[in-house]
Amino acid sequence: MALDKPYQDIPGTIIFDAEQSRKGYHLNQFCMSLMKAENRERFKLDQRAYLNEWPMSEEQKQAVLTMDLNRAMALGGNIYFLAKIGATHGLSFQQMAGSMTGMSEEEYRAMMLAGGRSIEGNRHLGEDGSAQPQHQPQGQAGRKGN
Amino acid sequence: MARITASVYTSHVPAIGAAIDLGKTQEPYWQPLFKGYEFSKQWMKDNKPDVIFLVYNDHATAFSLDMIPTFAIGTAAEFTPADEGFGPRPVPKVIGHPDLASHIAHSVIQQDFDLTIVNKMAVDHGLTVPLSLMCGEPAAWPCPVIPFAVNVVQYPVPSGQRCFNLGQAIRKAVESYDEDLNVHIWGTGGMSHQLQGARAGLINREWDNAWLDQMITNPAICAQTPHIDYVREAGSEGVELVMWLIARGAMQDVADSARSVSVRHRFYHVPASNTAVGHLILENS
Repeated sequence: MALDKPYQDIPGTIIFDAEQSRKGYHLNQFCMSLMKAENRERFKLDQRAYLNEWPMSEEQKQAVLTMDLNRAMALGGNIYFLAKIGATHGLSFQQMAGSMTGMSEEEYRAMMLAGGRSIEGNRHLGEDGSAQPQHQPQGQAGRKGN
Repeated sequence: MARITASVYTSHVPAIGAAIDLGKTQEPYWQPLFKGYEFSKQWMKDNKPDVIFLVYNDHATAFSLDMIPTFAIGTAAEFTPADEGFGPRPVPKVIGHPDLASHIAHSVIQQDFDLTIVNKMAVDHGLTVPLSLMCGEPAAWPCPVIPFAVNVVQYPVPSGQRCFNLGQAIRKAVESYDEDLNVHIWGTGGMSHQLQGARAGLINREWDNAWLDQMITNPAICAQTPHIDYVREAGSEGVELVMWLIARGAMQDVADSARSVSVRHRFYHVPASNTAVGHLILENS
């Protein structure tokens, strides 16, 4: 019998369950290696060479090289592990979280200061809130070309 | 005998630690948040515990994907602040209480909770930020701390009900310890926040406060809140709130309906970085 995963109908949200964890094992363990200062230095000197030491998929490596955190999450990354890459690059959690919305750093910071993202329309896929797939990317980036 | 006299609840946002460490607490962005903890720092001085039992979660620091314990109790003599990727926080090392911790492990495991016993563990912002918020920047923390790490990172994570029941077992364990010790139990993490995806930045002030009301006055019902409600309403990282139920379950009114708790302090603030900060101090009355 299949396991119950009621969290799959929440927009813009990936739950790090055992299945995601299995997909992302090497990606996340690479992130853990960045908790050592000497590894951070080595990674920053030649990111590609450092990544090639890990049995990660090419897609996972590309997500790291381009800091596409949404892609990294979809490929099994977990935000607390991925945060080690951000810390290595000098990024705050707010900069990392904001980067996943498409908003600029200023836009995301302003949203938080105004009380954060509203829950309205963002509980279930199919509603019309800001986190729904039809409204990506958010902020100025989403308005370009209109 | 040892007894739990009070419980403290607080968010443990890493940016709060950075604001303290970089001397930014009086900046306009941070000032309202730290003002909410002024009462608490005085309260800590006036009600200094002998031991703090500190419930928190490890954020891929001591526990990688090599091992994922659901509940881990720190029984070491000391715990070092971790390097989470930007160097360790400049805070005192955490002194443990190996004797009480081992006693609690023994008692709680005999009450059918399968704890992992940890004799070596670096502690991250989940543990050190609450200490900083409650104690300021002392040269040494005011008392020994027993770290108690809960897995809320990889699913399945323990239910609120399981956490609430565990809190009750911890209270019994503490009360069966012979030495006269004043123990505080802290539950940390939360409140509403989501650090990932297109829904990053979610805050649900109304839900957070309704949950807090219920956790204070009717914790047994609050404990029945399913995971999906936390995730849907309070964001993917809002599920950390189950840890508050461990501390709440250890209060006396849960075991004895003739007893009550008093709310000494309650504070709520948005935002700290991506997060809604909640804070509460309850005393057994």
